[in-house]
Amino acid sequence: MALKGLDIFKLTPKKNCKECGNPTCMAFAMKVAQGAVSIEACPYMSADAIATLSEATAPPMKTLKVGTGAAEHSIGGETVLHRHEKTFVSENLFAVSVCAGCIDSKLPEIEKVDYERIGERMYVEALNLEFTDKDSYVQLVEKASGKGRLLILDVKDAEAAEAALEKCAADKPILNGATPDNYAQFTEIAKKYGVVLGIGAPDIDALHDTVAAVEGLGYKDLVLDVTAATLKDTFANAVQVRRAALKDGDRTFGYPSIVNVKKLAEGDPHRQTALASLFVLKYGSIIVMEDMTYSQALPLYGLRQNIFTDPQKPMKVAPGIYPLNGADENSVCATTVDFALTYFVVSGELERSGVPVNLLISDAGGYSVLTAWAAGKFSAGSITKFIKENEIEDKIKNRTLIIPGKAAVLKGELQERLPEWNILVAPNEATNLVKFMKEL
Amino acid sequence: MAFTRKPQTYSSSINEVTIGTGDKAVTIGGSNVMPLYSFDAPLKNKVAIGAEITDSGVDRTLPGIASYYEGAETIAEIAKRAAEMPGADFVALALNGADPNGDNRPVEECVEIAKQVSDAIDVPLVITGSRNVEKDTALFSSIAEALQGKNVLLVSAKEENYKTVAASAIMAYGNKISAESAVDINLAKQLNVLLSQMGINPESYVMNVGTAAAGYGYDYVASTLDRVKDAALAQNDAMLQMPIITPVSQETWTVKESIVSEEDFPDWGSRESRGVDMEVCTAAAVIAGGADAVILRHPQSIEAISNMVADLM
Repeated sequence: MALKGLDIFKLTPKKNCKECGNPTCMAFAMKVAQGAVSIEACPYMSADAIATLSEATAPPMKTLKVGTGAAEHSIGGETVLHRHEKTFVSENLFAVSVCAGCIDSKLPEIEKVDYERIGERMYVEALNLEFTDKDSYVQLVEKASGKGRLLILDVKDAEAAEAALEKCAADKPILNGATPDNYAQFTEIAKKYGVVLGIGAPDIDALHDTVAAVEGLGYKDLVLDVTAATLKDTFANAVQVRRAALKDGDRTFGYPSIVNVKKLAEGDPHRQTALASLFVLKYGSIIVMEDMTYSQALPLYGLRQNIFTDPQKPMKVAPGIYPLNGADENSVCATTVDFALTYFVVSGELERSGVPVNLLISDAGGYSVLTAWAAGKFSAGSITKFIKENEIEDKIKNRTLIIPGKAAVLKGELQERLPEWNILVAPNEATNLVKFMKEL
Repeated sequence: MAFTRKPQTYSSSINEVTIGTGDKAVTIGGSNVMPLYSFDAPLKNKVAIGAEITDSGVDRTLPGIASYYEGAETIAEIAKRAAEMPGADFVALALNGADPNGDNRPVEECVEIAKQVSDAIDVPLVITGSRNVEKDTALFSSIAEALQGKNVLLVSAKEENYKTVAASAIMAYGNKISAESAVDINLAKQLNVLLSQMGINPESYVMNVGTAAAGYGYDYVASTLDRVKDAALAQNDAMLQMPIITPVSQETWTVKESIVSEEDFPDWGSRESRGVDMEVCTAAAVIAGGADAVILRHPQSIEAISNMVADLM
C-alpha cells in the first residue's frame, strides 16, 4: 500500500535541515510519496522508519536485470494493468526453445531474424535451453553461451543445473527449474551462483505457496513460470498473478512471468503466433516460442513495440530521405511528418503504388500532419529548411514535391520559398495515394 | 499461504446481440467480466469468427485459399464453402467492388450478390460495405430491404449516415447494424448515444471501434478497447456496452508484410505465411482486448484463432 506524503512526514525528524536537498521535511516527504526521491536521502531517518517505509514504498512488481553485456535486459517493474493508466515499462522478451539435438540447426535460423524497426533492434533476445540429459545439457549450454542472448536454463534436475551454471553463471542466466518438490535445493543453487530463479507449479495455489516458501528462504530474485497444461489455465495464471500483484497488493506474486507457448501449441506456428500475441497483451514478461521466423517476428515485434510504447511519447522515425520502389535522383519527392504511424501508412501506400518516390521525412515533433501543422512543426518554413539543410537539391535532380492533402494550405507559401519546385497536393486520405501516384 | 482469489465480476454486462436465424444463429456479448477472464466468471458467449469472401470471390493467388475454395466458382458456391469452413461461425461478404474509387459496382448488382450469398448459406451473414459513406448509405438500405427478416449485420454505419442506415436496416427491415468509429472512445460513445436517441433498441446494433494491423499504431486500438471495456463494465456506461465486431482481414492483408512478394523480400519467406501470421497476431490481440466477433480471410487463420477461442472458453 502506498503511503501518503503526510504519513511519511510523520516519520521524518521534522528539523528542516535541508541536507537532503529539499527546503523542508514536508517537501521531502511529498517527493518520497511520489517516488521521486529515495527515503535514504535523509541522513536522520531512523532504521525503523526506513524499514517501514521501504516496505510500504516498494514497487508492487520487482524489476530484475538478467543477462550481461549486450544481452542484459530489465524485466518486470510494471505498475499498471493497462497501458493507458500510465505506461508499461519493460518490454516482454521473446525466447526460442532449443535442445541439444536441434541447436545446431536452429541457431542459424534464429540469427537470421535481426532487423531494425523505428530505431529498435528486433531479434530473439533469449534462448530457452531444454533439458534432455546431463551430459548433452552442458554441451548445449556451451553452444548457446556467448551468442549475445539471455540464457534460460529450463531444467529441473539439480545436478544438471549446477553443471550448467558452472559453465554459464557469468552470463547471468535465469535458472527456471524450481518446483514445489525441489525448491529448497534450487534456491540454494540460485543463491550460490547469484542467478534469477524461475518457479513453476502444477496450479496457481501451489505456485503461491512455493514462491512464499522460497521468499522464506531469503531469496527474492524470482520469475514465475505460469505455463500450465492448458491454454485456459496458463492465461488464468498469467492474468491472476499480475492482477494480484498490481491491483490487490499481493507481494508474493510481484515478479515477472515466463509463458512457454511452445508447450501449448507445439508444431503449430500460426497458433503459437496467436498465443504469443495474447500474452504480449496479457502479461507475459518472457514468451518462449518453438521458432521465430520472419513471418512470426514481423507482426509480433510490431505489436510489442506498439503496446510498450509510452502513451505520452509519440513514436518517431528518424528524419531523412527514404527512397521507395527503387527511387533515384530523378524520382519525384513526397514529404510528410515523422510520426511513425503516418510514416508507415504513407510509405506502405506509396510502396503499393509501385512508383519510385523519395519520401522526405523532416522533424515534426512526432505529431500527425494536422497536429504538427497546428503546432507550427510542419510548415512551409520547416520543409524548406529541411530541404536546404539536407542539400536535397544537390542530391535529387527531380523538382516535383508532393505534400500531404491535409497540409494543402502550405502550397502557396512553399511555392514561393521553393520557386524551382513544382508543388503538388496529395489526396486527403492515404488510401487514395496509389491511384494518385499512378496517375502522376 | 494459499493464493487468495479476488474475482473481478461486475453487476453490468455487455449486451447480447444475435445475428442470423434458426439453429445456426449466433449470439455475441453477454459477459460480465473482462475479455476472456473465464476464471472470474463463466463467459456467456464464445467470440464469433467470420469467414470473409468478397463480391468478386476470393484471392486465389494464395495457395491455401485457392485450394480451400477449389471447384467453387459461383458466388453461391464460394459462400457455401465459406460457411462450411471449420471454425467459422458466420460468413462475411465484403462488397469491396462497390467502391466508387474502384470497380464502382452498381447497387443493384451488389444486392443481387448479397441475395445469392444469403440464399446459399444457413449461417448468419455479415456484410461489409465499400467504405464510401454515400455509396454505403444506398447500398445498405437496398440490401436491408432485399434481405428483410434474415437478421443480417451490416458493417458499418458512421456518424455521417447512421440515421438513414439505422432507419432502413433496423426499423424498417429488422436487420442489425454496427456503428463505426475510428479508434476513439468518445466518438464510439457519441454514435451510440445518437442511435439510442433515435429509439434504436441496444440489442439491434454492435460497435466497430476501428482497428489497425499489429505494428501499425495498434497501441491506440489496444487502449481504446481497454477503455471501452472498462467503461462498459467497471463504470456501467450503458452507451458503451454494445458488443464489438472487428473486421481484421481488411486491415491486415493490405500492409506491407502481407503483400510484398518473396522475390522482392527473400529473407521474409512465403507471402502467404506472413499474411496469415499478421492476420492471426492482430486477431488474437483484438480478441484479448475485447472484440466479440472478428472477420478473417484465410482458412489457416480461422483454424488458429478458433482453436484459441475454444480453448479459452
